Order: sequence, then C-alpha cells, then structure tokens
Amino acid sequence: MEWFKKKKIKPSFSPRKVMVAEGMWEKCQNCKEIVYKKEIDKNFRVCPKCNYHFRISADERVRIVADEGSFQEADADLVSTDPLHFKDSRKYRDRLKEGENLTGRRDALVSGEARIEGLPAILAVFDFRFMGGSMGSVVGEKIVRGIEKSLALKVPFISFSSSGGARMQEGIISLMQMAKTSAAVSKLGEAGVPFFSVLTDPTFGGVTASFAMLGDIIIAEPKALIGFAGPRVIEQTIREKLPDGFQRAEFLLEKGMVDMIVERRDMKKTLAGLIRFFRNEHG
Amino acid sequence: MSNYLDFEKPIIELETKIEELNQRASRDGNDFSDEIRRLQKKLGHLQKSTFSNLTPWQKTLLARHAQRPYTLDYIALLMDEFHELHGDRVFGDNLALVGGLARFQGESVVVMGHQKGRNTRENIERNFGMPAPEGYRKALRLMKMAEKFGVPVITFIDTPGAHPGLGAEERGQGEAIARNLHDMSRLRVPIVVVVSGEGGSGGALAIGVGDRVLVLEHAVYSVISPESCSSILWRETSRAEEAAKALKITAQDMSDVGVADRIVPEPVGGAHRNHKEAAENLRQALVEALAELKSIPVKELVESRFQRLRSIASYGSTP
Repeated sequence: MEWFKKKKIKPSFSPRKVMVAEGMWEKCQNCKEIVYKKEIDKNFRVCPKCNYHFRISADERVRIVADEGSFQEADADLVSTDPLHFKDSRKYRDRLKEGENLTGRRDALVSGEARIEGLPAILAVFDFRFMGGSMGSVVGEKIVRGIEKSLALKVPFISFSSSGGARMQEGIISLMQMAKTSAAVSKLGEAGVPFFSVLTDPTFGGVTASFAMLGDIIIAEPKALIGFAGPRVIEQTIREKLPDGFQRAEFLLEKGMVDMIVERRDMKKTLAGLIRFFRNEHG
Repeated sequence: MSNYLDFEKPIIELETKIEELNQRASRDGNDFSDEIRRLQKKLGHLQKSTFSNLTPWQKTLLARHAQRPYTLDYIALLMDEFHELHGDRVFGDNLALVGGLARFQGESVVVMGHQKGRNTRENIERNFGMPAPEGYRKALRLMKMAEKFGVPVITFIDTPGAHPGLGAEERGQGEAIARNLHDMSRLRVPIVVVVSGEGGSGGALAIGVGDRVLVLEHAVYSVISPESCSSILWRETSRAEEAAKALKITAQDMSDVGVADRIVPEPVGGAHRNHKEAAENLRQALVEALAELKSIPVKELVESRFQRLRSIASYGSTP
C-alpha cells in the first residue's frame, strides 16, 4: 500500500502552497495553470490562459458592471430570523454567521441602484460564498424590493444569479420565495419595465426555476453551469455519466434556453446597449 | 390488506381480530358481542392516539402511501364528467401530470394534478408522479384555456418533485416551472390548490400558486424531500426522520406560516382507508372556496393573490 500512502502526502511545492505562501499567484481551476494574480484581476477575474470565468463576489461584480461610485446599496439591514430554528449537523444561525464573516453581508444578495454607462438601473447580485447563494426569505424579499424600486423609477431590473437554489434551512418559506419573485417579475412585464437576467456560475434549483429564467433577456457567462437539477442528482437518477458540456452556458444556448453568452469583459457594454434599446430615445 | 405502514400494524391486527370474531359469530352462532364491543372501543382509542400524534416522518410516509387517493381518484369521486386532455402542443404529453375539463357541482372547471402509479408498471408510465417540462407546459396550456373561457382551475399536488433528467434539463425544466409561477400569479380566473399528498418542492409549486390552498390533514409540503435534505446537510441519508421534523412540513405547519388556508380532515386512519370519505370532506372545502372566490372581482382576485405571495416572508432588520 506504499503507493496509496504516498498519494496522501502533499508535495512540498504544491500550487496551492504557492498561492497561500506568496498570495501573488493563483491556480486556474479549469486549466490548472498558475497565473499571476494581478493579471487575473486586471482581466475581470477571467483566466488569461483559458478564458475560465472565476466565481466572483457581489462586490467585484458591482465593480465590473456599475459606473464607479454609482452603486447605492439598499436593504443591507435585512437579516434572516431563522423561523424554523433550524439545526442540522450545524445550526443555521452559525451558517449565517459564517456567511457574514466571509462576505461582510447579512445574506446572499446585494442589491441597489446603479448607473451603467450613465444609465440608471437596479442591480441584484448574488454572492455564492454566502451559503451557496441560497434563496431564503431575505434574498426573496430583496429581489422583490429591487423590482418594486425598478417599477417606481421605471428603470431596468438586472439580476446576476449564482445560487444552489432555495435555502433548505427556511423550509416552505424559501420555496414560496420562488413564487413571490416570479410574481413580482410579472409586475415588471405589465408595466413595460425590462428585466435582464444574467446567469453566472453556478445557477440551479429554485433560482433557475423562478425569476432567473424569466428575464426579457437572459444572458449567461461563458461555461457557467446552469440547470434545474444538479448534475450529481441527474447522474444518480439516470445511472450514467453525463455528456461533456452538459448544463454549461453553451449547452443552454444550443438548446434555446438563453439569449446570448457574454464575456465578463463585455458585460457592461452589452447591458448598456440593452438599456439603450429599451429606453428607445432618439439620437 | 398487504400494504400498510409500521405504525398502522397494531390497528390492522386489531381490525383483523374483530373481523375474525364477527365471522366466527355468524358461522358458529356464538355471541361475541361483548368482546367485539370491547375491541372496537380499543380500536377507536388506538386509531385516535396513533393518528393524532403522527410524527412528520410518519406523515411523510402516509402522504406517500401507495393506497392513498391520487388525482384521478379524486376526479372520479368528485367530478360528474371528465374529459382528459393531452399534450403541451410543443413537444409531447406527460403522464405524470394529468388534466382536463370537468363538471363539478353543476359547473365547469379545469382540473389537473400530479399522477402517481399504484404498481411498478403504472409508476414507470407515470414516472412516479415526477413531471417533465411538457407536463408543466400542458398544465399551463389548460390554465390559459380556463382563463380564456372564464372557468375556475382546481389543481392537485402530489409529487416527489419535478423529474431530474437529461431530457428534462434539455427542454428547460427550470423555465417551465418558472413560467407557471409567473403566469399563474396573473391568471384571471380563480385557482384552488389542493395539496392532497406529497408536496415535493418546485415541482409541486409549479401548479401550486392559487387563491386558496387546501391541505389534507396528513399531506406534507416541503422545499426539499427529507431524504435529500438529510444527504446534503447531514451527508448521510439515514437522517431523513430528523430532517422531516426540522423542515416543518405538515399541514399544521403550512397553516401556521399562512401557506395553507384550510386543513381538510381525513377519515380516521388516513385518506387511503376511505377514499370516498376523503373526497367528500374535500368536496365541502372546494365548494366553499369556489363560492367565495366567485364573488370577488377579477382585478381584486389577482391582486390579492399577489399580495398573498408578497407577504410570505420572515426577516428582521439589524442596522
């Protein structure tokens, strides 16, 4: 069993160690190349070698999309009340605390008013680090409030999803956020206020099966995993390996589920163009 | 009675004993009436104590009981006429979600629901009541028809969830569910939702947006199945019983958070013990719900349906 034991020992010069020790290099999860961190940052957190789009925080997303200094966060005070007093292997309250420590936010969605190339819009951005971007009462409420703000100001509502789905720890209330957010989207439609839904890696479950698939325009980031059921669940159900590229953005485009795939570096420009289209002002 | 749950066993045994005594009495002419009366009293107590103290997990098992009345059973027992309609007009038909035109108490309704099978062959045909996107799209097509002709919609929820599969993903399972939530929230006719069995997550909710939600006494409704919750959060499937408790999935829980408007009582021992009685209890609740909704102007109806969803929340504020 010598070979087996050996496998467990980490090589002293592992890429991971480089990253930790120096903090200047980062390993691309996709192509495994070690890249100068500054180069990735400059490249909108996209691997310059293979174009892999790293998962980014809500703050980074806002920085990439909104005009500098234009973002005004709303409803940052909302917190989950742990309505079920949920406890699994860990307490829900501890998971919330951990999410807060990781992101500096009270829940998995950051929302507010912003300008994109000078044009006003409402942004709602998931942070996957906060409990896998799961949608509970606070996320659902913030999305609906964002939509209501869009309706009041008559400016587009733009969401950036990155979520495992509905948040189990709030039980049926989380499930109902799917209906609540979807119903709110219908109000946008009635008022003729556009909704752009940007699907980023990963978007699944109750988020895919609600507001995120209801955009007037649905955009995906390259190679983002997007679906209803997670790939592991599907594999267990059909008992076979899933084809390459299954549930990737490119797969969804081919199947007619998204309007376009937009690279992160082009996102702002694209959104601004869409806003101008829907404003339909002369000149 | 070969198909019963563990906690039903003592009840079934007692019933069998009473039945035997009855048979012996009529065969041999002996008088066991005192003994039978005594046992029946005992049976009554046992049923009451068992079924008024079911754990959430026991209710889950009861909600999934293979003899429980399914959508087509309720339709047969409640409706005077039923014309099943098929297909989503885009891709195909789906037998895990059935629907059609019916007459209920002398009036036209569009009725639909998840449909499970009672044996292996049926379950393969019905995919265990787990619809593919075309099932949800058929449901929406029927709802739009109801809207067009101004008749109310009744839906029955009884599914482990939407089907997780390759084809389902390719054809947009997420989009199909989302579209239903969106369009149901604006449908210009009354919608009465009956959670009759297993309310499994988004696949259940996809036909569950309505003006009145009636939940059967032992039905369950959950964001995720106790088994999946257990395997994700505890990383083992054996904690399903605990998960069922933690998730708060019973009819009473639904009523507490305002998801259920009314809990419909089931016959003693559960709906599967007496389909007819279960259906009659439901009939009463449906008649009342429809009568109430009929008197509400459409605009108000749709707006209060929205407000109902809008208000489902539980959050606080910390500066």
